[in-house]
Amino acid sequence: MSEQPPVEPGGLPGPDEPGAAAEPKAVKSHKAEGKGAHRDPKPTLAQAFLKELWADNTFTVTLLAILLAGLVAALLMVLGDAATRQQWAYLFYQPGTTLQATWDLLSVSFGNLFKGSIVDPDTFTRWMYGMDGITWQRVLYPISETLTFAAPLIFTGLAVALPFRAGLFNIGGQGQAIMGALAGATVGFALGLPAPLGWIAATIAGALLGGLWGYIVGILKARTGAHEVILTIMLNYIALYFLSWFILQKGVKDPNRSDAISKPVPSGSLYPKIFGPTASESGLRASLAIVLAILAAAAMAWLLRRGTFGFELRAVGYNPDAARTAGMKVGATLALTMALSGALAGLGGTTMAIGTAGVLTVDVVGQIGFNGILVALLGRVKPWGVVWAGLLYGALQAGGNKMQTGGVAVHADGTTVIVAGVSVELVGVIQALIVIFVAAPLLVRAIFKLRRSPSAAATVGLAKG
Amino acid sequence: MEPSEIHALLGENGAGKSTLMNVLYGLLQPDEGEILIDGRPVKIKGPSDAIGIGIGMVHQHFMLVPVFSVTDNVMLGAEHVRGPFLDHDKASKLVLEVSQRYGLPVDPDAIVEDLPIGVQQRVEIVKALTRDVDLLILDEPTAVLTPQETDELLEVMRGLKAAGKSIVFITHKLREVKAVADLITVIRRGKTVGTAPPSAPESELADMMVGRSVLLRVEKEAAQPAGSVLGLSQLVVADDRGLQAVAGVDLEVRAGEVVGVAGVQGNGQTELVEAIMGLRPVASGTVTLDGAVVNAWSTRQFLDAGVGYIPEDRAVDGLIREFSVAENLVLDVYHQKPYGSKFSLNPDAINSGATEKIDKFDIRTRTAGYAVGTLSGGNQQKVIVAREMSRRLKLLVAAQPTRGVDVGSIEFIHKQIIAERDAGAAVLVVSSELDEVLSLADRIAVMYRGKILAIVGPDTPREEIGLLMAGITSGTAPESAFAASMEEAAAGPAGVALADEALPHVHPTAGADTESGGAPEGSDPDGSGGPDGSEGPEGKAA
Repeated sequence: MSEQPPVEPGGLPGPDEPGAAAEPKAVKSHKAEGKGAHRDPKPTLAQAFLKELWADNTFTVTLLAILLAGLVAALLMVLGDAATRQQWAYLFYQPGTTLQATWDLLSVSFGNLFKGSIVDPDTFTRWMYGMDGITWQRVLYPISETLTFAAPLIFTGLAVALPFRAGLFNIGGQGQAIMGALAGATVGFALGLPAPLGWIAATIAGALLGGLWGYIVGILKARTGAHEVILTIMLNYIALYFLSWFILQKGVKDPNRSDAISKPVPSGSLYPKIFGPTASESGLRASLAIVLAILAAAAMAWLLRRGTFGFELRAVGYNPDAARTAGMKVGATLALTMALSGALAGLGGTTMAIGTAGVLTVDVVGQIGFNGILVALLGRVKPWGVVWAGLLYGALQAGGNKMQTGGVAVHADGTTVIVAGVSVELVGVIQALIVIFVAAPLLVRAIFKLRRSPSAAATVGLAKG
Repeated sequence: MEPSEIHALLGENGAGKSTLMNVLYGLLQPDEGEILIDGRPVKIKGPSDAIGIGIGMVHQHFMLVPVFSVTDNVMLGAEHVRGPFLDHDKASKLVLEVSQRYGLPVDPDAIVEDLPIGVQQRVEIVKALTRDVDLLILDEPTAVLTPQETDELLEVMRGLKAAGKSIVFITHKLREVKAVADLITVIRRGKTVGTAPPSAPESELADMMVGRSVLLRVEKEAAQPAGSVLGLSQLVVADDRGLQAVAGVDLEVRAGEVVGVAGVQGNGQTELVEAIMGLRPVASGTVTLDGAVVNAWSTRQFLDAGVGYIPEDRAVDGLIREFSVAENLVLDVYHQKPYGSKFSLNPDAINSGATEKIDKFDIRTRTAGYAVGTLSGGNQQKVIVAREMSRRLKLLVAAQPTRGVDVGSIEFIHKQIIAERDAGAAVLVVSSELDEVLSLADRIAVMYRGKILAIVGPDTPREEIGLLMAGITSGTAPESAFAASMEEAAAGPAGVALADEALPHVHPTAGADTESGGAPEGSDPDGSGGPDGSEGPEGKAA
């Protein structure tokens, strides 16, 4: 083209270049110049939330949120431990003792959190020196627990993160997970296939029924405009009560038991344990589920970054009007997104049923559907972020169990003190605190006097998976 | 700035006008330099500081709460209280008093979302005036207004000036500046390039804005039309409320010609274009493409068949702000080779294609990976133009292709449209800017109340088209003086205000609401205005 712009001497980008100070203006101006009537793109709840989540939530903020949650948790532990609390009454008479007691409590408790979720250094040392007949299984036990708890949470976290990118808030992970667990277990004991056919069939069934549960939401949203939050909440109830009824049916219920529990899933339909078949006897429960969860995250990352459908999904999430104008089918995209999301959550439920529990009970999936929302937010609704968040959550759960046991604090002078355990409820509080701090980036930034990174809004790395 | 002065700030999109004013209003902090008020340097830390020293601002985006009444909005942030309760009566009296003093009729009890855009803007001005400001900043106030509303606004500005207020008027529309400003400062790339009196010729101002000579008319050869590409026959389309917006349109666009649709906004153009693109169902009649009836085609079918589309509202329909420039450049071809397939995208092809288009269409962005929302309006529009014109087109449908775009980009986009025509595409241009239609079109269809009133040649005088835009066909022309004033109002913003009487209830869509709503309020509340309503506020101003 001959009509090139005037090249300023030096040709350097001036201050009016996009991205510089003129940024907010540029963003504002074109909207106002739109139609006479106001037609600004109205962000949905999920869109607005996403913007807030990404604008502020740098890696630092996430890290600081975890730190802050730890601090508040420490405070709660001190308040919750009768012995230590009493010590604080003598703060001014025996400050040394008070602080020592506090330190004992915190070091043992947080130490247990680490020992219960990653590795117990003491066990490791004893195994290294071949003492007490410690096997490698004992060393790996904490990690195995963490992975066991993490796998379903990664699935349900992804199930929330994916529709989030399409502008949908999936509160229905719980219901979809329940349907996934139900389908997986049922296919397990109904078909009774040998491994690996058994668990493959169960996995597919779980994904399909969970996917159907999500698709119902998507298609109703696309066709009738019903709000997905309401729909998913209602479908959660339906799924839960359906499961309660289903367990009691003849052929499902375990005839040898009086309580509401199903027959056990035959071993051919259970996920293999990743630490080897003998490992299950030693308590290493971690199964194939965690591998599947990470594969699912990889698939979602690929979809969002490279997939044609991922492009449509993100386009619809940011601006459905523009997506429609560009020839995309918005309704079909929403429906398919919810189906995929339901399949992910369904897989989360399946892993609970045929990976961990091996039977169906009313609370076979626990709270993974709802915790998935927290995991997704903590992972900033990005696939790999969700994996890390799921692992952290799994670690908190595994370590939380260990925190209840208490322990012995050894002082420098060789004396020892027995420290009481921390209640498991407190672990739940810590998890909630992390999410509160992550979901309230403004608060964290205010506490640490962080400045919003100027590039946060401009970089499009964010738009990628 | 002097007292009682209208100072126009003129500049291309992204030149830094709004940024400068946001600094003045305390929304942004200056990195260096200082602001002098009455000779003293001041530090403005936020809008309340700005209001404190007498600076008020009317934003491009109205800062109003839609579900609140006018009074509530005006008192928001400076609530009148009696004990712990809000004093509505006092506030409402204040609104009335201010609106009467400055000739800004508003109903204090009306709910803001029910008001037309022009009146909402008036509420914003009233809001600023109740804070006793001396300096009023109007940030691109005319961007959202119809020509009639623009004229009213210019009147209001003159009135405010007469009342001793100073006004900073930010715009990139040359005509408005010339009509109302006392002094014009031109800003380019964040620097003042110069000042000029309003008597300076438009071409000189445009030169200053873009830093080179700008052709305000597109140079083009005569059209060589070939066979019919797009055919509309008795097309009827409903608007969002189910009312007939397009009421039986017949139109043909042939290969190698530009057909321009002129008309005051809200006369069914939006619905017409959306129906052509498969974005809105056709109620009755037919749309044909190359002779085949395509009423039921999806948007994708149109796009894949070689129809290019520049939507009228780029922020809503044209672009995804959070997507990168590269992604926006393939927004409707991402699934086609070489950019991608049914399953996966090809980022290499997308990126190299983007680099090429950024170069060819002179899109000013740092990199192809930058979010499109960070670009200036003109460059955003170029992204759409580049996207649509980078494939072989059979038909180009361009709705308001240069709305809110700076002069330099307008010229560029117009040239691209003509180039598309010369390459053999049929082009349909819909614009509410008569100048644009006149400079691009080979045939002009004038649309009024959902119908095409006439199809005229490009050499038809402005006045005649203006009359048609106001719904007056030659047989029904009223007395000449009346017609003339009305024609001007319809044709261009710089005309005489208040042609509303001539345009009663133009059309029951957004733009028309503004007019019907504006009519009673536009007439002078003191009753001094005659049929020529411009006498009213202006009389006081002069």
